Formats: sequence, structure tokens, C-alpha cells
Amino acid sequence: MTDQVNLDRRQFLGKASVAIAGIVIAPGMMLYDFAHARPEGEAASAAIRWGMLIDTTQCESGCEECVTACNKENGLPAAKSPTDVQWIRKVDLKQISTGRQISLPMMCQHCAEPPCVDVCPTKASFKRADGIVLVDKHRCIGCRYCMMACPYKARSFVHEPVLDHDTDMPRGKGTVESCNLCVHRVDKGEQPACVEACAKSGHRAILFGDLNNPNSEISLRLRNVASTQLRADLGLNPGISFVGL
Amino acid sequence: MNLLRAIILLSILSMFYGTVSAVSMPKLDIGLGGQCVDDPKYMRQNHMHMLKHQRDETVRQGIRGGKFSLSECVNCHASKKDSNVLGTSEHFCQGCHEYAAVKIDCFECHSSKRKILAGVVK
Amino acid sequence: MEKIFSQSETRQFYLIVALGLLIAGTGLAAAHFMEEHGHVVTGMSNQIVWGMPHVFAIFMIVAASGVLNIAAIGSVFGKAVYKARAPLAGMLSIALLAGGLFVLMLDLGRPDRIIVAATNFNPTSVFAWNLPLYSGLFTLVALYMWTLLEQRMNGWIKPVGLAVFTWRIILTTGTGLIFAFLVARQAYGSALLPPMFIVMSFGWGLAVFHVVQSTMYSWNNKIQDPLVLQRMKNLLGIFVLATLFLVAIYHGTNLYFAKQVLFEHFILLNGGIYPNLFWGGYVVLGSILPLLLIFHPSLGKIRCVVAASMLVILGAFALLYVFIIGGQAFPLSIFPGYEANSSFGDGQIATYTPSLPEFLLGLGGISIAFLITTIGVRVLNSLLPHDTLNQLKQEAE
Repeated sequence: MTDQVNLDRRQFLGKASVAIAGIVIAPGMMLYDFAHARPEGEAASAAIRWGMLIDTTQCESGCEECVTACNKENGLPAAKSPTDVQWIRKVDLKQISTGRQISLPMMCQHCAEPPCVDVCPTKASFKRADGIVLVDKHRCIGCRYCMMACPYKARSFVHEPVLDHDTDMPRGKGTVESCNLCVHRVDKGEQPACVEACAKSGHRAILFGDLNNPNSEISLRLRNVASTQLRADLGLNPGISFVGL
Repeated sequence: MNLLRAIILLSILSMFYGTVSAVSMPKLDIGLGGQCVDDPKYMRQNHMHMLKHQRDETVRQGIRGGKFSLSECVNCHASKKDSNVLGTSEHFCQGCHEYAAVKIDCFECHSSKRKILAGVVK
Repeated sequence: MEKIFSQSETRQFYLIVALGLLIAGTGLAAAHFMEEHGHVVTGMSNQIVWGMPHVFAIFMIVAASGVLNIAAIGSVFGKAVYKARAPLAGMLSIALLAGGLFVLMLDLGRPDRIIVAATNFNPTSVFAWNLPLYSGLFTLVALYMWTLLEQRMNGWIKPVGLAVFTWRIILTTGTGLIFAFLVARQAYGSALLPPMFIVMSFGWGLAVFHVVQSTMYSWNNKIQDPLVLQRMKNLLGIFVLATLFLVAIYHGTNLYFAKQVLFEHFILLNGGIYPNLFWGGYVVLGSILPLLLIFHPSLGKIRCVVAASMLVILGAFALLYVFIIGGQAFPLSIFPGYEANSSFGDGQIATYTPSLPEFLLGLGGISIAFLITTIGVRVLNSLLPHDTLNQLKQEAE
């Protein structure tokens, strides 16, 4: 009897959350591969590898939609000082030899061979089976070794007490964090907030999908358009690739 | 020597202090009330173990929707007045933890406030 | 033979210990302040993630392992003069390691989670290896001190001494590997770093030992034997030269790689405080001047040796500052061939101003080492090296 009541309430809450999330997110999802929600109780699988393809030719300098969306989604304050946390940032580049200018968003590259995972003393920095690299805040001791090891400066240290915690994105002072590909959304079958915001803004510079699925839109694009990984010479095999770099 | 005896005697006597005021358990605002995921006595003794075990499954393996979820606990147990489990000695988590003198680490990172979903009647 | 202390000596001792406790207490207060408010109260940022506390801590840890060299030369290589100094070296090693770990652990973002670090072990992480390595060194050195001070255990000095020596080489290799494994940064990621750290440990450990030994001698109104001093100061000179050599190779090789040139120019020429500290602090004050003081024929007295040792220590701090902080200040090369600009410091030289809490924490660690040494020397009277004429005759043969 008790179990039935628990199950009912749990199911109701679960369904209500998914329904509302679906209604809110559906419009932005129309044009892209729908990442299906993983059923409850099922672990992330290595059959999938999440990745992104960023088209720098579509990215506009001065546009910060992805950054704003990430901050809103994860409860991050707007970054003003070097001690502020930044999970994603816009970088303006100018090629030294030609003078060509590009703009692109920069976040954790979710490497297949992440140096941050190798150096973490507690295995707090880890790679999930489906390729998402994240920090297990329960284990992070705040030693910042991963920040020293990351070639992309992806990680931030929380320098101040966190006020106004976000229920879906727990984070606290004294631990290290970085872009986690909006793992809480991906697990529900949604896209990362930055991808959605970029699509909404009309630029559509960020494509998200399953790199292991040869028929996913991202895999098709990667096969047909020339793309590069940042610092490919390091052999880390990042999950993020760039077009036009 | 007498001083030593006095100290030992006081120490032993102080152990019985708690039993004199037999039911001096904290008065808690249990939030929404109703049925918890398990028996209250069991939960009092084991909620930390359940959460610690399941959090690894959720974070490291990506298993969602388990029986124990901190945000679900908070959703239910947060006070109806300010939607928080922390704040005063009557708030759900803080009250008991103050009584038992056990520091809560969870809310360094996790939200202690109920998540209000638009359109869902609580 | 129990040494009896005069009343004024006892009073002095308690005064010194009180001072040490005060400074250590300030260090603890600084750490609490940092933990309470977060690292925003320090000069560290998302660009310079390891600051002043790491400079202090790494110096102490490297010196802790280096100081055991003196003991090793005695116990493993059988030199009598060094044998007499082994207990003091052991004591100093424990003291310095404790001080270094004090600073390192309190600088963590979550120092309350040390237990987590001890119970979740990542075999690919040098930091994780440091835990058994450092605690192992404590245990081994304590064991070693026992073999030295307990007459019945004297037969075990050589094997335990060998174990200590081997363990400390592994430990210092580990310290070097912390940086050697970082492929991301142009300052690190070099296989030269572990040997460099080992050689640095020889020099820094000996320098600290000189300073402590001379202080002990002067407080006990004894004069150091010039023959002993001669041998030990020459050794320091050799280590300073060896370190200079490896540092030169490290920078020289880097300068040969076109992709490293900008970084080397930053450290050696136009980086502001970093070239100043490197050339002025490490090369001139920390290497050339001590070498002069040590090897010049008209110098080489006890005062010069202590001065040389102190300069070497100063040079060590300068070198570590340039290495650790300069290495972080130079921007990562994420987009080779491009000039980068962002809100997160891409393409920009990062600035760092050490804050008071960081200094206090570092000094707190030094104070802990000082306290352990002072109290240890007081309690264990046999730590003051007694050089007999027989020993010196043995050495001359």
C-alpha cells in the first residue's frame, strides 16, 4: 500500500517535470537530432559518445547568447573578475599570418583522454561512460591540479560561497567545476543550454549529438565538412570539433 | 584525589542528564507531511547512508530516478512557510542536525530550497 | 648523558617556542580565514591557481627530502663526520615535511575532505601517490632515528638508511613529476624536471642544514671544526653548480624550440618580475654569490657558509616563484597561430599579487618546522653533532 503511494507520487513528479521540460524546449529541438531520454534506472552507456561541432563561420563576435544561457541554466553569476567562474566563454581570434578574424565559444572539450582525469587525486574529475567529463563534487578536495593540467583552461575554481543554489546544478565553494555538457538535460533527452540558445538566436553555430552513431546529424556533418580539434597534436581526442579554424 | 573523584562522579551523572528530560526531541516543521520514502525511524538512522550510496550511482554512472534523491527530500520536507529545510532550529534538516550536533555538508553545494515547478500544485 | 639547562636557557627556550606557536597560530588563522570566505580573499584566481603557499610548501618538501642526504652520506656511504649529523638531519626532515604538508593541506579548497583524499586513490595521479610517499617518509625517518639513537638498534642503521635514501629519491621524483606530467603548460611537461628537483633538493637541504647546525652550535657556545665545515661547504658549492647547470639546460633546450621561444622570453627577458627574480634572485644572489662565498680562498669561514646557505635558500624561493607562478602567468597556447582575446584571460599574461593570508600560511608552515626542530633538539640531546678527533683522523685516511 505504502509502495503504491510512493510510486504514484514519484511518477507524477517525474512525468510533470518531463512534460514541462518538453513543452519549454521542444521548439528549439525541431531542427536537430532528438537525443532520447535515458530510462530511469539505466546507467550511461559507452555505446554513445556525446560531442559537439562548432561552426565558427556562423559564430558572431559580440554575441554572447551561449554564455548567457549557460549562466542561467546552471545558476552562475555573470563573470566580472578573474576569480569568477566561467564554464563557457566567447573567444575572439585573429590569425597572426593573415589577419583573418574568427569568433568561437570555448568550453570543456570533453576529451577521450582527459589530462584532468589522470591527475585528479580522488577521481573526482572523471569521464562518464558516455564521454562527458565532469567533476564529482562529493569527492573534489579543491586541490586545483586539474586546472593546472587542462590545456584548454576549461576549469574554474569556486572562489566564493555560493548563494542561491540551483537545485539541478549543485555547486559549492572550494570545489572545481566546468562545463558538463548540461548532463542533467542530456539525461532527459534534451540539448545543452548553449546549443539551444545558439539555435534560438539564429546563428545555429553549435551542433550537438552522438559521435558514435554514424547516422546522427553531427556524424554526417563531420564526414562531409572539414573540421579540426583544438590542440589535436596533444592526442587527447576531444569531443568538440571546430569548422572554419 | 578528591578532585579526581568529583570529576568522575560529575561525568557519570551528566550522562544521565539526557534521560531526565525524556522526550526532548526537537520540534520539526516536516514540510508537506504524508508518507516518506521509508519508515521515519529507519530514515533517521540511515538516510545518510542511502544518499551517499545512491549519489555515486547518479553522478558517476548516470542512473537517474533512484529511490533516494536529495532534491526530492527537500521538495517534501521544506517548510511550507519559506520552502527551506535550513534557517531555524525548527526547520527539518537543521533542527535534527543541531540536536544531534552533526554538521550537514550537503547544502554547501545543494539547494536547501524547494524547487517550485511552474504549473505543479504542491 | 643528560644535559642540564640553566634557568635563563630554559626561559629562552620557552620564549622561542611561544613565538613559534604564535606564528603557527597566525598561519592557522589565515587558513581558517581562507576556508571561511573562499579563495577570493587570496591573490589566486582562475588563471593563477597555485600561489604563494605552494612556493613555501614545495620548498619545504624538497628541502625535507634533501636534508636526508647528510644522513645518507653517513649511514649508507659510511662517512663518519656525516654519521654524527644523521640524527639532526632526520629531525629536520620530519620538521620540514610536516611544515610543508601543513601549508599544502590547508590551502586546499576543501581541507575538511582530507579523509576523502586518503580513501579515494587514483593511481595515475602523482598527488594521490604523494599521500603514501609522504607518510611513508615520516615512518621511515622515525624508524631511522630509532636505529641511530637506540644503541641496540645500531646494527640496522645501514639497511634502514638505505631505505630512507631510496624512498626520498622516489619522493622528490614524485615532486618533480607533479609538473613533469603537465603537458598543457609550456613551463612544465619536461622529463628534465624530476632530476632537476632531486639536484635542487641536495642543495636546498644542505643549505637548511647548515643554517640550523650553525645556529645550534652558536646557541650551545661551541665552535664548528673547520675541517668538517670545509667538506660540507664544498658539497653545497657542488650542488649549487649542479642545479645551475640543470636550470641552464632546461631553459637552453626550451629556447631551441621555436614554439617555446615566446615563453622563454617572458621568463628570461620581458616578463617583469619573473626575469628580475630569476636573474637577480636565483642566478646572482642565489647561485653566483654563494659560490663566491664558498669557493673564494680568502673567504670560507663559518659566517660565510651561513650567509651562502641563506642566499641559496633565498634563491630557491625566487626560482620556485618564477617556476610555479611564472609558469601559470604565461597564457596557454590553445590556438597556435592566432591572437586570442576573451573574458577569461585567453592570450593575456595573468597578474598575481600575493596576499597576506597566503604569506601568513606559508610562514605558519616554516614556524611548524621550526617548532618541531627546536623542541626535538631540546628533548633529544644527542642531536648536537659531537666530532671526535678519532673520527676526523679516520676521515683523513
